[in-house]
Amino acid sequence: MGIVVKKKSAFKGLLLPENKITAKKPTEILPVPEKVILPLQQSIGAPCELRVNRGDTVKAGQKIADSTSYVSAPIHASISGKVSKTIKVVNPITSTIMDAVIIESDGEDRWVELKKLFDIKKSDDFSGLKKIVDSTDKKEILKKIREAGVVGLGGATFPTHVKLNPPPDKKIDTLILNGCECEPFITSDHRIMLEYGRQVLAGLYIISRTITPENIYIAIEDNKEDAIRCLEELIIKMGFEDIFKLVSLKSRYPMGAEKTLIKTITGRSVPVGGLPMDVGVIVNNVATSKSVYEAVIEDRPLIDKVVTVTGAIENPKNLLARLGTTIGYLTGECGEVGSGANYIIIGGPMMGISIVDTDFPVTKGTNCILVKEGRVQIEQNCINCGRCVDICPMKLMPLAYVRNVKRGNFEVCREYYIENCIECGSCAYVCPANIPIVGYIKTCKSTIAKNNG
Amino acid sequence: MEKDNILISHAPHIWRGFSISKIMYIVVAALLFPTAAGIYFFGYYAIYIILASIITAVLTEFVIKKLRKKKFIMDGSAVITGLLFALILPPRMPLWMVVLGAFFSIAVAKEAFGGLGYNIFNPALAGRAFLSVCFPTEMTTWVLPPHFNYDAVTGATPLSDNFVYQADKLSLYKDLFFGNNRGGSLGETSAMLILIGAAVLFIFRIIDWKIPAFYIGTVALGSLLMGKDVLFQVLAGGLMIGAFFMATDYVTSPVTDNGRIIFGVGVGVLTVLIRNFSNMPEGVCFSILIMNAFTPLIDKYVKIKPFGFQKKKKNA
Repeated sequence: MGIVVKKKSAFKGLLLPENKITAKKPTEILPVPEKVILPLQQSIGAPCELRVNRGDTVKAGQKIADSTSYVSAPIHASISGKVSKTIKVVNPITSTIMDAVIIESDGEDRWVELKKLFDIKKSDDFSGLKKIVDSTDKKEILKKIREAGVVGLGGATFPTHVKLNPPPDKKIDTLILNGCECEPFITSDHRIMLEYGRQVLAGLYIISRTITPENIYIAIEDNKEDAIRCLEELIIKMGFEDIFKLVSLKSRYPMGAEKTLIKTITGRSVPVGGLPMDVGVIVNNVATSKSVYEAVIEDRPLIDKVVTVTGAIENPKNLLARLGTTIGYLTGECGEVGSGANYIIIGGPMMGISIVDTDFPVTKGTNCILVKEGRVQIEQNCINCGRCVDICPMKLMPLAYVRNVKRGNFEVCREYYIENCIECGSCAYVCPANIPIVGYIKTCKSTIAKNNG
Repeated sequence: MEKDNILISHAPHIWRGFSISKIMYIVVAALLFPTAAGIYFFGYYAIYIILASIITAVLTEFVIKKLRKKKFIMDGSAVITGLLFALILPPRMPLWMVVLGAFFSIAVAKEAFGGLGYNIFNPALAGRAFLSVCFPTEMTTWVLPPHFNYDAVTGATPLSDNFVYQADKLSLYKDLFFGNNRGGSLGETSAMLILIGAAVLFIFRIIDWKIPAFYIGTVALGSLLMGKDVLFQVLAGGLMIGAFFMATDYVTSPVTDNGRIIFGVGVGVLTVLIRNFSNMPEGVCFSILIMNAFTPLIDKYVKIKPFGFQKKKKNA
C-alpha cells in the first residue's frame, strides 16, 4: 500500500506546542440560536446589498444579500425567521464598520427547498456521482458555487468562483487541497476530514473539473495520522487513486500558508507580490471543498461552519454552528470559562484576532474561538539577535520593520519587501525581546496603504 | 467572563519565552569555563578583578537607569559585560583601574548610546580599549601563570616579539591549548575551556557558527600567507575568546548570513594586519571594535533575497 507520499518542509519552520485538545471530539450540532447577526461583507471583495426588507420572513438558505460585482459572494439566511433590523458592527480584522442584518428565529428552522442530486452518505456508487459531475459544465459549476456563497474557508475568504476561474493567460497545472491546519488548538479541518471525508474528496473532484490540473495533491500534516488514513481509504473506495495524490507533510508552522505549502509540494516559489496562480497552482482548503460539494450537488448554500471552541474553557468542542451565531453563544455551550482567562481570540493563537465584543458573530472566515489566559507582554529593546530573520518563512528581515516603524520611516519598509509578509507571527513568537513585531508590520502596511490612497 | 476583564493584543498570542535574560544567563554560564581557567592559573587576585568588574558594571547600569528615569531590568547583560571585561584584562591589573574601565564600558559605551540594543561598540571591548589608551604600561604587563603564587614572573604574551619558547613545538601547542605556561589576559589563556564555553553557546543555539568560523578561518589563512605558524596564531592571544564571545555579540554584529560572513572576514583581516604590521602584539580587540562600527552599514546594505524574489522583469 502506498498512495501516501511523505515530504519534509521546504522551509525552516517552527515546532509549536500543538494543544489540539479537541482533535478526538466529534463535531456536535449547535442548537439553532434565537437570533443571528449576519454581516453583509463576509468575503474579500465588494460588500453585499440587502435584498430583503425589515419584517420579511425568510427561510434558512434563502439569499438575503448579494452584489452585482464579480468579486463578491452572496449571503444567505442561516435560520428561518423574521428580518428584524440592520445594525453596524466593527469588523475586528480590518477595524472598519460594516452593515449587518439581524434575523430573529421563529424556532422552526424551515429551509428553502434543496434539489439534492446525489446522497453521498447513503450511496456507495460513486461512479454515479462522477457522472453527474462530468455532465455538468464548468460555467454551471462556477455559477452554483457563487450562488451558494462559497468563499475560501481557510481564513482568507476569497470568493471561490473567482479563484476557480483564473485569467486565461494563467495555466493552472496543479491543484492542492490544504488540510494542514498548522495552527495550534484548531481542529475544525481535522474533524471535517474525518467526518466529511466523502464530501471533501467529491468537492475536490468538482473543483478539479473547473481547472483541469495535471496534478492534484491532498496535503495533510503528519500530526493528523488518522485523517491521512481515513482519506487514504476513502480515495481508494471512491476510485480516485489515479488522480489524487495524498501527501503527508512534516508538522511545521506555517505549513498551511499557501506559499510555504506550494514550495514544499511543488518546489515553486510564488513571486513577491504574486499569487499562487502565477506559478500555476491553486490551493483550496478542505472546508471549502466540502462547501463546494454541498453547493454543486446538494444545492445547499454556505450557512454553517465547523468551529473549534477551545482553550481555557470547561468543555472544549467542535461545533457545527450556523453563520451569524454570536461567539458568546458558542462559548456558552462549552461551559464555564477558566478563571484567569481574559482573551477571546477568533482564529488560532498565532494569527487569530483578539476581540472584546462577544456579540460578534461567526462569519464565513471563522474556524476557531480560542479562550486564553493573557500574558503580560513587556517589550524590550531589539538586541539584533537575528532570530526573526532566521525563522521567517518568507525570508524577510522583521527587525528592520520594527526599527523603521519606530522612526516613522514607513516607506523604507517597502525596500525590505514588507508586502511579502504573510503575518504568520513566527518572528514575534521567537523574539527574545518580546516585541509584537506583527503589530508593527500591520501598522506599517495600513499606513503605506493609506498614504498611497 | 466579565467584559471589563477582556484584553486585546496583537497576534501571535503565544510566545516561546526564550527571553533576553535567559540568553544572557546562558552566556554567563558559558563564560564560567574560561573564568575558571583564569582563577586557576592566576590565583585569588583574579577573583577580585572579576568581582570588582561585575559589581561596578551592574551598579553603574542601575544608577544610570535611575538617572535617566528608565526601568532597570536585571537582564544579565551588565553581568556579561562586567565578566567579559574582567576576562580580557591582564591578570595583575590594579583594581581601581578595573573599576574605572567597567564604569566606562557601561556608562559610555552602552548607556550613553541608549542602552542595550542601541550600543554600537561592544561595551567590554570599548572599556578595554579605553584602558589601553589610559594605562599602556599596566595593560601590557603580563605574568606567567604562577599557580596561586603572588610573586609571579613577568613574561611576554606569546604573540609579542619578546616571546621565546624553549621546548619543542608540540608542547608549545599543548600549553597554548590547555593554558599552561603562557601569559595573557585572565580568560584567554586556555583555548580548551573557551571551546567548552563555546560549545555551551552552540548547544543552546545562542550563537551562529558563521562569525567565529570565518573569523578564525581568515586569521588562519592570513597567517599562512604571511608565513607564520598557523596553529600558533590561532591558539595564541585573544583570538579564541574574541571569536566566540566578543565578535558574536548580537547587538554589535550583523544579522544576515552574508553580513556575518563579511563581518567575520573583516575582523580576521584586521587582526592579521594589526598582529603583523602594527607595534601592538595583539589586534583582536581593535579589529572587532572597528568592524562593530561597520555593522549598521553592513545591515543596511547586505539584505537577503525574500521568498519568491525575482529580478525585475518587464512583464510585471
